[in-house]
Amino acid sequence: MCRVIAVRWRCYRRQEACNYSGTYVNQPSTNIPGYPAPRPTPRPVPQPIAPLRINAYTACSAAGRGRDATLEALRSRTAGLSENDFGPHPFQTYIGRVSGIEHDALPEHLIHWDCRNNRLAWLGLCQDGFVDAVAAARERYGTSRVAIVMGTSTSSIGATEEAYRNLDGEKQFPTHLRNPVMHTPHSTGQFLQSALQLTGISVTVGTACSSSAKVFAQAERLIRNGLADAAVVGGTDTLCDSVLFGFNSLDLVSDDICRPFDAARNGISLGEASGFALIEREGHGPWLLGYGETSDAHHMSSPHPQGLGAQRAISDALARAAIAADSVDYINLHGTASKKNDEVEARLVADMFGHHTLASSTKGWTGHTLGAAGILESVITLLALENEIAPGTLNARQLDPVCGAQIRIENTDADLRIGMNLSFGFGGSNCALLFGRSA
Amino acid sequence: MPATTYIEGIAIWSPQLPGWEDAQRILRGEVPVPQATPLRPTPALLSPNERRRAPDTVAVSLEVASKACAHAGRDPACLPCIFASTHGDIAITDYMCQTLVHTPDLLSPTKFHNSVHNAAAGYWAIATGCMAPYTALSANRYSFGNGLLEALVQVQSDDTDILYVAYDTEARGPLATMTPSTGRLGCALVLSPNQSDNTRFALHWQTLEEDIPQELTATEEFAPLVAGNAMASCLPMFVALSGTGSRVVCAIGPMLALELTVEPTVKPTVEPTVEPPGRTSVQTAE
Repeated sequence: MCRVIAVRWRCYRRQEACNYSGTYVNQPSTNIPGYPAPRPTPRPVPQPIAPLRINAYTACSAAGRGRDATLEALRSRTAGLSENDFGPHPFQTYIGRVSGIEHDALPEHLIHWDCRNNRLAWLGLCQDGFVDAVAAARERYGTSRVAIVMGTSTSSIGATEEAYRNLDGEKQFPTHLRNPVMHTPHSTGQFLQSALQLTGISVTVGTACSSSAKVFAQAERLIRNGLADAAVVGGTDTLCDSVLFGFNSLDLVSDDICRPFDAARNGISLGEASGFALIEREGHGPWLLGYGETSDAHHMSSPHPQGLGAQRAISDALARAAIAADSVDYINLHGTASKKNDEVEARLVADMFGHHTLASSTKGWTGHTLGAAGILESVITLLALENEIAPGTLNARQLDPVCGAQIRIENTDADLRIGMNLSFGFGGSNCALLFGRSA
Repeated sequence: MPATTYIEGIAIWSPQLPGWEDAQRILRGEVPVPQATPLRPTPALLSPNERRRAPDTVAVSLEVASKACAHAGRDPACLPCIFASTHGDIAITDYMCQTLVHTPDLLSPTKFHNSVHNAAAGYWAIATGCMAPYTALSANRYSFGNGLLEALVQVQSDDTDILYVAYDTEARGPLATMTPSTGRLGCALVLSPNQSDNTRFALHWQTLEEDIPQELTATEEFAPLVAGNAMASCLPMFVALSGTGSRVVCAIGPMLALELTVEPTVKPTVEPTVEPPGRTSVQTAE
């Protein structure tokens, strides 16, 4: 315990030293004659929150459709990654593709929403009785009292890409893709509102790879402030040329299968997923205990070298949950298998957590599912807590020496009460989530 | 029962409303709408080089974000912020989709990382050294209202000041037929849970479960100033803040609205006596 307090004190001290001391690129126009002199806003001290229940949750990824299939893949250490065969110009890499979506059109009443992203969202909704759980919440609270907070990185841009490949003679979109909302970031959020027959708040978080982790924080605020009685949170991101060629242009994609935290890792494998959770004040499911959101203020596509933003996100989540770092039994790390991310994250975990905390990246099973990573890996964290198994790090052969005792290659059967999920995105966006076992 | 939040800083930028000082006079009908207009703001926060390279979304959002912080007298390095945009950077989406058709291997890595919806928020955080939380939201045609709602909720939840920024830019290429948006429009507010010397307005807000079309009565006259931009629904709020209205109803969904009542708290005693800040940015893009 003393160690934890010391670590946290050190963290806060370091934050104070570095906090808000960023230099301006150019002196900003904050001191304009006639305007008041700039005053600092004190850093909000995260206050403990009342935990919320997660009464339904599910995910679909290359590792499996729904909870049972995902858990089975985790237990049997079966990777969902395969050689890249996506799109008209596949290059050498591995991808976490959800097979069969091409043949699974949306039901007739939703057909005008049809595209790969909404198909995967629908496939996700149809697992583990999730649609029924939402219907029950809709009955309980009313259609306008169940909010939708979705996270995505590229939404249904795959449909926009398809339209550009098939423009007609007048440079117009082909008829079947002329649904304007399908070409906006809120595409899946609006699709869900229609599919789940809800009329309340529906909003999309687009903070790249932290998107569908931050949805838990936003939903908690909506419920705490009485703007909703329940919230459907989650996210969907599907493979598309934009991300495959985009990440490749940044030299972040491995030509091999991704090996998170391996000493010889050489990049990410991209994947696709959808996942959802139903959050309410009461119920019987596992708990959302806390969250922390921060910004690196460092670089658009590279993490803060000391992981300062991530460290603060973890501290804020612990403060909201009113627990010490020592209480965290399992951490599902961001662990993309990129050189930089894993190095920074491994150091941070070694610095902040005790030796008994188990940590791993599950991207070896699913690939990096970008805007859906937050929800997918939150679902995996909940599965870990509820089934007493801490997944290891698939595909890693020899851990980078920078890793502490926490990061494991092999699965571990363990009594896990509190789990954490870490998600970091481009633009330096960090989110840490804390979950508790239902009983 | 409406909740109350306090507005400390206000900023807006569009070619015909180039800065809040000018915009107020235009919206009050005191001066005519400017004819010769800049196409793009030149945010002082960025170095000339970065300004040139910055995508429109970044230029317009950083301009209003820094002006709102200045108006509020708040250090931007400390402010949690919410960025809302209907489409993000449509020009970059158009570029990416065009490039991917024939030459996917030539995709620009810079354009790719600038294509994320939180690019503007990320650049703002980097430029100001702000490590406080930020988020980037979209809710299609209800983006302004949903972003503002999240800002108000965060003020209340965390008892903190918040910077709210909303923007959209011009659609390009074939995508423009699906997601039309013209011109460049950005607006920003600094919100606070407490009244202070810098409070300009009290903002009373609540949600209404009604199917309310965007209430434009106060702004019909001014609607053409931003019409066509995907963030045009921000205008009624700024017309009210210019002193010509008090109640705004902003749709946040097909059956849901945000009712906003603005009430001046103190007469701004110190009006800028020198060149207003809006002017400093009224230059055509380099």
